[in-house]
Amino acid sequence: MNGLRLLGRSGIGFLESLGRSGLVLMSAVFTLPKNFLKAFALFIKQLYHIGVLSLAITLVAGFFIGMVLALQGYSTLIKFGAEGSLGPLVALSLVRELGPVVAALLFAGRAGSAVTAEIGLMKATEQLSSLEMMAVDPIKRVIAPRFWAGFIAMPLLAMMFTVVGVLGSHVVGVDWLGVDAGGYWSSMQSAVDFREDVINGFIKSVVFGLVIMWIAVYRGYDTIPTSEGIGKSTTQTVVHSSLAVLGLDFVLTAVMFGV
Amino acid sequence: MLSKQIELLVGLFIALSIGAFFLLAYEISDINKLQTEETYELVADFDNVGGLKPRAPVKVGGVVVGRIKEITLDEESMMPKVKLAISSRFNKFPSETSAAILTAGLLGEQFISLTPGADEELLEDGDQIYDTQSAIVLEELIGKFMFNQDSTDL
Repeated sequence: MNGLRLLGRSGIGFLESLGRSGLVLMSAVFTLPKNFLKAFALFIKQLYHIGVLSLAITLVAGFFIGMVLALQGYSTLIKFGAEGSLGPLVALSLVRELGPVVAALLFAGRAGSAVTAEIGLMKATEQLSSLEMMAVDPIKRVIAPRFWAGFIAMPLLAMMFTVVGVLGSHVVGVDWLGVDAGGYWSSMQSAVDFREDVINGFIKSVVFGLVIMWIAVYRGYDTIPTSEGIGKSTTQTVVHSSLAVLGLDFVLTAVMFGV
Repeated sequence: MLSKQIELLVGLFIALSIGAFFLLAYEISDINKLQTEETYELVADFDNVGGLKPRAPVKVGGVVVGRIKEITLDEESMMPKVKLAISSRFNKFPSETSAAILTAGLLGEQFISLTPGADEELLEDGDQIYDTQSAIVLEELIGKFMFNQDSTDL
């Protein structure tokens, strides 16, 4: 009896938080700022904190992932004398999967956690309530710029991740291991389709950006206003958004590339 | 002062990502492939298309002149029917042209190779290529080989 009640309570709690997060998302998305110029300045500032500052880790990670893919791919392909297929191997796995997914995981760890912690601390120190006291909507002023900045930065970061990964694999594959450069690029170009692969990868990164920022913003806004609560929310942001990214990736892949 | 620097860096960030997009479009996926070239259609019936796939290349002497548009089964003759989209630049195929399904390398992708004949008449949009050679199926080949060996032993 008690177990059943516990199950019901957690079910209601889950639905409640889903509803609240939906409301936060809706009011952040469908809000029109009164002063566009000011809102744009806020947005640019967040784009700096969320996008530009995540650039370094994204590019370095992309470069190394490309290099590792080239090394691993080469050592297997050379057994079949098929090292000319290194370009398609690396490019397809980066464009379709690794670019969006790994960039999203890094983004959740680097930017999502920061957003949650920042908003959470604002709530704990009652900055959000003081904003309300001054008749400033905290959703418009604090949540919306962060949400939009992250939503836009994520696909851009994923694209750069992919490109840097391909360059990294070029460094290892062509310059170091001696795969033919012409064959590397031309077989890559004939294997990678713009609509099928690049656009689908882009759609993935857009979805991931939406989900990560949604979770990050909501966890911050809904945090228990103690230092412990902020820590918990930040962890939850990283854990939940990573799991959401991996799960959604499977669903999206099944829809886009599945037979 | 600080906000100017931030704006500059954000501008750089966006410029970099636009650059990345163009690299993706032109260097990695070659968007030019998408430019829909004027094509005309030829039809060829085969006994067996093997592992031929739509969008596989159609070549003449190794040069790509078109792509495979569609592979269906003819309802009446129950034969695989392959529709080829050939670039309109190459519109001087004589009606005696033959088509063969070949494999690139030992395990590579299959493609259609056209060999122009000597006829005066030219193939036009929707025409059929009659002289066709099916894909070589490895299992059949091995089967034939073994059967032949058995018969010589007798």
